[in-house]
Amino acid sequence: MAGNYAPSTSSFAIALREAGIAGFVAVLLAVPLLGFRLVDSAQGLSLDYRVPWVIFAGVGVFCARLILNLTGSSIVGGVQRSVSQIAIFKRFNGDWERIIGWVLIGLAFVLPFLGDRNLADRATLVLIYVMLGTGLSIVVGLAGLLDLGYVAFYAVGAYCYAILALTFGFSFWICLPLAGLFAASFGILLGFPVLRLRGDYLAIVTLGFGEIVRILLINWQNLTGGPDGIIGIPRPTLFGLEFRIGDDAGSFAGFFGIPFSPAHRIFFLYYLALTLVLITVFFVQRIRRLPIGRAWEALREDEIACRSLGLNPTTIKLSAFALGASFAGFAGSFFATRQGFISPESFTFIESAIILAVVVLGGMGSLIGIVFAAILLVGLPEWFRELEQFRMLAFGTVMVLVVIWRPHGLLSKRALSVRLNQQASQ
Amino acid sequence: MDYFLQQLVNGISLGAIYGLIAIGYTMVYGIIGMINFAHGDIYMIGAFVSLIGFLLMNVLGITYIPLAILCVLVFAMAFTAVYGWTVERLAYRPLRGAPRLAPLISAIGASIVLQNFVQISQGARVKPMQPIFQGTFSVSTGGNFDITISYLQVIVVVLTVLLMLAFTFLITCTSFGRAQRATEQDRMMASLLGVNVDRTISGTFVMGASLAAVAGFMVTLYYGVIDFYIGFLAGIKAFTAAVLGGIGSIPGAMLGGLLIGLIEAMWSAYFSTAYKDVAVFAVLVLVLIFRPSGLLGRPEVEKV
Amino acid sequence: MTGSLLCIEDLTMRFGGLTAVDDLSFNVAPNEITAIIGPNGAGKTTVFNCLTGFYRPTSGKLKLTQPNGKKISLERMNGYAIARHARVVRTFQNIRLFAGMSVLENLMIAQHVPLMRASLYSIGGLLGLARYQRAEREAVELASYWLEKVNLIESADEAAGSLSYGARRRLEIARAMCASPLLLCLDEPAAGLNPHEDMELCELLADIRREYNIAILLIEHDMGIVMRISDHIVVLDHGACIADGKPAEVRANPAVIRAYLGEPAEDDVQVQAGGE
Repeated sequence: MAGNYAPSTSSFAIALREAGIAGFVAVLLAVPLLGFRLVDSAQGLSLDYRVPWVIFAGVGVFCARLILNLTGSSIVGGVQRSVSQIAIFKRFNGDWERIIGWVLIGLAFVLPFLGDRNLADRATLVLIYVMLGTGLSIVVGLAGLLDLGYVAFYAVGAYCYAILALTFGFSFWICLPLAGLFAASFGILLGFPVLRLRGDYLAIVTLGFGEIVRILLINWQNLTGGPDGIIGIPRPTLFGLEFRIGDDAGSFAGFFGIPFSPAHRIFFLYYLALTLVLITVFFVQRIRRLPIGRAWEALREDEIACRSLGLNPTTIKLSAFALGASFAGFAGSFFATRQGFISPESFTFIESAIILAVVVLGGMGSLIGIVFAAILLVGLPEWFRELEQFRMLAFGTVMVLVVIWRPHGLLSKRALSVRLNQQASQ
Repeated sequence: MDYFLQQLVNGISLGAIYGLIAIGYTMVYGIIGMINFAHGDIYMIGAFVSLIGFLLMNVLGITYIPLAILCVLVFAMAFTAVYGWTVERLAYRPLRGAPRLAPLISAIGASIVLQNFVQISQGARVKPMQPIFQGTFSVSTGGNFDITISYLQVIVVVLTVLLMLAFTFLITCTSFGRAQRATEQDRMMASLLGVNVDRTISGTFVMGASLAAVAGFMVTLYYGVIDFYIGFLAGIKAFTAAVLGGIGSIPGAMLGGLLIGLIEAMWSAYFSTAYKDVAVFAVLVLVLIFRPSGLLGRPEVEKV
Repeated sequence: MTGSLLCIEDLTMRFGGLTAVDDLSFNVAPNEITAIIGPNGAGKTTVFNCLTGFYRPTSGKLKLTQPNGKKISLERMNGYAIARHARVVRTFQNIRLFAGMSVLENLMIAQHVPLMRASLYSIGGLLGLARYQRAEREAVELASYWLEKVNLIESADEAAGSLSYGARRRLEIARAMCASPLLLCLDEPAAGLNPHEDMELCELLADIRREYNIAILLIEHDMGIVMRISDHIVVLDHGACIADGKPAEVRANPAVIRAYLGEPAEDDVQVQAGGE
């Protein structure tokens, strides 16, 4: 598989044999689920036969493996090498990171004008995941706490925002911090029981927590509207100017005297998201260099050593959970106001998995990596919307392939929080 | 009281299913220290393959029930085992030396692939099946509630016990089992002593997958309705069971499974069905706070 | 007792049926190096672990006297609190550095508590207040001072895990000193060091003893170092104290010789207790 290529010194016979085994296994896999198909009919279930599929699977895998074996390192390795040569991946040091960071920010500012409103819309979605990924990178990346239930805080933020906005009529800029605060308290609530847990156990408990929140959302009809969710969430306004059709002074188009276009609201949402993301990113950059940021990383490295130096693991872990949760809360608020409608369906475990993949694939220390990973995992599949069914299949496959290719993340050099000697050019 | 006993019976059957899946989790965790996130979906595949197997029996005209059951079991276990083997080979083996999170991401990706593969190849809708077993027998008809144990439930329990015995024998008395236990303790040393670690690990996955297939077989018979998503929830609960019983301990996994099944049955019966999963997770949290090594597990002591 | 920094009174640690430390009492004085020695399994690390909060002692008292005269009891304190409030800092037998972080960062983490306060629990830091920036500069200076002292200033920005073994041991001690301890506990600091590094370690410890008003408590197997550097030796065997005094006394103590070497053979053998 990717990453383990031996030079192509294998003889043809061995290549043939390996391909044969691969093909045979493919046939075995294909027989039950591809070869037979369950067919629903009035009389109940029956079977349909698709022998060609099985043959196709077997032959296809056989050929692919044969080609892979024969060409071995020459083609695939060459592709791997040339991709790795791209400067981004090679010896990615602080200078490059800064330059690319500013280039990306510049690009982000002009993005809506480079394409149509669909591009801006999709980019907004990517930005939401960048915010989520940045928040989770505090918990998983810096503090090393494996949280598989991050979506719970996302949901708490969204629902809290919706309920506050609809019940009290507060504006976006009031509801947002309140939702974040509420999510942060949930973070602390989650943090307490898991303080002594390590690694995979922590993962499962947080996963359970995410599911508990989702079940509560579905069943607590009075508060959350149950499976139907909450509708009619007020959309964001620009200092009170609404983005709707109309010529009056209360609408954006009317105020500026320009013809109405649905693109206005989408662009506005995009820049709103961009602002939030920039604040998030700068905040996290900053806090990494403060004692608490170093403490998170130290805790991840060796908790016992931390205790022996007087660091209190409890407060450090809880602060990581709380801060990470608050960013998810902000993202959730934005999500709620962008959609105008939320339901428990948007907050399943898959979301947690996607956000985690964004963080891990991005290389947990790297914010730029998170941007790239978000584009890869969220932006690209949007283009596959038409092939809805295969979208998730492709997503899962990409996840596996990328993590096998680069287990340490796409960009994984860790930036120092404090340097003694000024950085020499490398 | 009778109602309680009935729920007890229900809970035990459900628990047996969770226990079989939990064993797969615990074995894999014991030997390579990772949670096989895709294991729940292997169970789901086992359920689908069993369903297909039953329909195949109809088509082939095999109606003698014990024979049909045997054939479907073998069919399901064999093909599901291949899936288990393939997932390990493709998604986990390349990441053996990688940082801890990498195999987890790979596992999540594999889980997504499996779910969607089944969804695409078999259709997204729920699959109902005509019940194969009609027939229950009464245990007691006194009181205001008849306690019934269906033949199905008997089969489930008997099958589970037989499998437990077989696998315990396998682990303790065969050379493969020895190799497995050695690899669990110290992988490097085991390989230095001539144990084929790759094959042992693959074998563990295959064993786990076949047990999950049996669980899938049972659930197909028991509930008669399956869909491509059952793996996820069952997987989490089964992992909870494995942790509850003490991760790394096979009897612990079965014990944990039974407890989880009982908790779920009792909670549904006496409180509400909607929150039964919450009850199970709450159990997980409490166990991990107060007894992280589980009921039958050995506490891990970190040497300072 | 007056003059002692740490009073260990009747310390007992039992694990189920096994008594690891049995009714142990001794004192550690400031400006002195106290060594705990004894054969393997004598309970030395257990004493350390009780002292630094990794084990809760079954019974006994651990009384620390702070510079302001106040006494605090360590036996019931939380692990991190012992380091934070009582200022008892330790190193580990297996070296526990923050391997993925740089050498300088390791030393900065040791100063976490004062830096957190100076940053107003991060708020001041986020706002870029001068107070925090000054505190961070001072912390870097302290770290640099110690890096110079242990000869690691060149590697300040390298990953701690990439250092050589001897360098890592020195780093761990430097890190402990950056935490401004009152009592420095070193768990086998000379393990695995070559003779040259041994000498450097002795010089370092002598420097610390001379320049700082702290007590050093160390567990060590290397008798050369122990005899050369300690002011006070406590010998443990099977969890109990079998000797307690100056190096010369301990060296000649027959009980100590017996514990290490067993019963003397029939022939007259001149034995120097463990020395090189």
